[in-house]
Amino acid sequence: MPPPPDKRPSREASRRAALFSEPLANPLDAGLTAHLVEFGEELRGEGVALGTSELLDAFSALPEVAWNEPTLFRETLAATLAKSPEDRAIFDLVFERFFFRATELAALNTGIGEAGSGSDDGEANSEIDIEALREQIARAIAEQNEGALRDLARLAIAAFAQPGEGSGVLGVDVQRIRRSLGLRTDPQGDVPQDDPRAEGLPREGIRRFEQLLRQELERQQIERTSSLPAARPLHELDRALPSGPLQDLASVHRVVTQLKRRLKTQGQEHRGHRRHAHVDIRRTMRASLQTGGVPITLRYRPVRPRRPELFVICDVSTSVTSASVFFLSVMHALHDSFRKMRSFVFIERVSEVTEVFERERDFKAVSEAIARDAGVADISGYTDYGRVWGELLEQIQDQLHPRATVIVLGDARTNGRAPGTDAFAQIAARAGRTYWLNPEPRLYWNYGDSVIDTYAQYCEAYECWTTGQLENFVKILTAPEATRP
Amino acid sequence: MPATPDRPEEVNSGLIDVGYLPDEATALVAFLAIKLGKPILVEGPAGVGKTQLAKSLAETLGRELVRLQCYEGLDEAKALYEWNYRKQLLRIQAEAQDTGWQEVQDDIFGEDFLLERPLMTAISSPDPVVLLIDEIDKTDQEFEAMLLELLSDFQISIPELGRIEASTMPLVLLTSNNSRELTEALKRRCLYLWIDYPSLEHELEIVRLHAPELDEKIARRLVEVVAMVRDLDLKKPPSIAESIDWARALLLLGATDIDSKTFNDTMSIIVKHRTDIDIVAERVGVKLDSAEDGSSAASS
Repeated sequence: MPPPPDKRPSREASRRAALFSEPLANPLDAGLTAHLVEFGEELRGEGVALGTSELLDAFSALPEVAWNEPTLFRETLAATLAKSPEDRAIFDLVFERFFFRATELAALNTGIGEAGSGSDDGEANSEIDIEALREQIARAIAEQNEGALRDLARLAIAAFAQPGEGSGVLGVDVQRIRRSLGLRTDPQGDVPQDDPRAEGLPREGIRRFEQLLRQELERQQIERTSSLPAARPLHELDRALPSGPLQDLASVHRVVTQLKRRLKTQGQEHRGHRRHAHVDIRRTMRASLQTGGVPITLRYRPVRPRRPELFVICDVSTSVTSASVFFLSVMHALHDSFRKMRSFVFIERVSEVTEVFERERDFKAVSEAIARDAGVADISGYTDYGRVWGELLEQIQDQLHPRATVIVLGDARTNGRAPGTDAFAQIAARAGRTYWLNPEPRLYWNYGDSVIDTYAQYCEAYECWTTGQLENFVKILTAPEATRP
Repeated sequence: MPATPDRPEEVNSGLIDVGYLPDEATALVAFLAIKLGKPILVEGPAGVGKTQLAKSLAETLGRELVRLQCYEGLDEAKALYEWNYRKQLLRIQAEAQDTGWQEVQDDIFGEDFLLERPLMTAISSPDPVVLLIDEIDKTDQEFEAMLLELLSDFQISIPELGRIEASTMPLVLLTSNNSRELTEALKRRCLYLWIDYPSLEHELEIVRLHAPELDEKIARRLVEVVAMVRDLDLKKPPSIAESIDWARALLLLGATDIDSKTFNDTMSIIVKHRTDIDIVAERVGVKLDSAEDGSSAASS
């Protein structure tokens, strides 16, 4: 048992907690405890798996550190509460939101306002030298001077946003101020050599400054309206699938890395330990030499994780453009996890792209190479499922076996052409499992030229247009054999 | 540094004394771990100094480092303890005919016949040690489950001998490259520390600490280039140790600046995959070239 934490309030711990407007005689009194439990609740609400034991850890850790440093307080909580990089990211956001709101609420309740707000602003405004301000902010961003940025954010708002004139949407105001300040990442020529703007500013720094701006604007808004706006949930923003072809690939990659890790974990989870192990006679005999020929230690053949053999076939025609960017990057990720995987793309004809994926590390290069070399569009550029299944059957029928898994990514819109159900049925019959991932919501299935039901007789079809659905599918794909019908 | 620090700053300065520059969170979590007697789970990309943290902590605390390197198929016999079969056999054979069964049995399952493996060593050591369980994500879940008893209660159950409790509290560090998700149960028992690649300034300090003779200008350029290389999508991004190696190599070569030629000649120190070398040569080499043109144009 670890020794029980020292219950005596230490010198540091009895100091006033900087984050709270009410002075606390003992930081572990009911007020803070309640606050932390509430904070834990908010973390749980955002999907962090938080146990009571972790909260207890946080309580026992807090008396050990000084409180006058906000980072110490924050890092202590993070070390005891957030146990993965993803959780840590959520923790940081919730921490900002929670303690910001807690402070503002306390300020509202006790009626503390910003000193010198109102009429003074107008006078202060005229005195601010805009050009000097620009330079100072650029310098603070380049030096990553957190304290200076915080102060400058307030100045910038005073200079550029007249109270009551805001658009009402914080994001718009933030961007307007950023533009007026001329904060850009690319090098700017018309400034002196030693100015950090000559080299272009670090993206991270600008983002941080924007956050501070937003926070400060939000604070002023709360002060103006004397009420707290509803707390925004965090996750809606970065969980939806990219809908346009030009959307940020980074968000796709983040989902895909998660997926990769899950694939790796799931392979391990279901390996029986020794139950099905076979005795390795040769190594057992060799080991028995140590004990005078008596086989005391048995040696087993190592149990290797089973990885299914995958055939992934992806539609890259125009009707699924936005989804295919996503699917291609999923394929790209799968290639890292599965040794035995073959990839195909199709529009009117089918073309194998396994080699491209193995050769190119860069996703961008992959998509370019596919667009250039695959030669999948013939004349019209419309998907021709009938022809595709026929060609595919010819190419891979000898390699399909009951342990192979076929995954089709496409919307099953035939453009009025023959669906080629027979060939597809043959492929599905030869393969062990066949899945169809449809990037359209189930509502649109079988409307118009969609013939997904014709194919669904031979395979399991899933809708897949959010990352959550994709994750579900990966669970199904890697689930143990026994639970499958 | 004293054996039990009172403030995170003491851990910080202690680590700096032995040549490890921690960031604030690292020193704080190490401090909390010593204070609370909880294990630390350290995660982060390869080569950010996770293992080195354990070594440096052991050095600065004046404790012995016991290291258990994990790998797939690691089992209790390799990690905890094993009976010394050969010695037991010898003991039985050397026994006179008329010794009783019970006597022999009591004897051969005594501590004389126990081979201590790292975890056992850490538990039974009379002085407190630093126990490093390296790359825990390489083992299987069965092994993780076995660790739970050790990590929460610092004790080991041996059927023949009973329970062995730790006489001293070891400081436990587990490292993971995040190649698989660890179980919740294990995470729950640990403090969590995520070490990322250091910021530019921080890495510059590290490089300067380990290669003090290197010119400041080159050192700055070096960490900038390394950061640039890490931003590319590589199979194996360069680690901190490799930045230090590179700094030392540049020092040996007597380089005065990192231009594209020096970079191409010494690139193999930080990039170690053929495909990565191609990518880096293409991207970073070009950037260095254009930077030179820019600076020469500006100076002319």
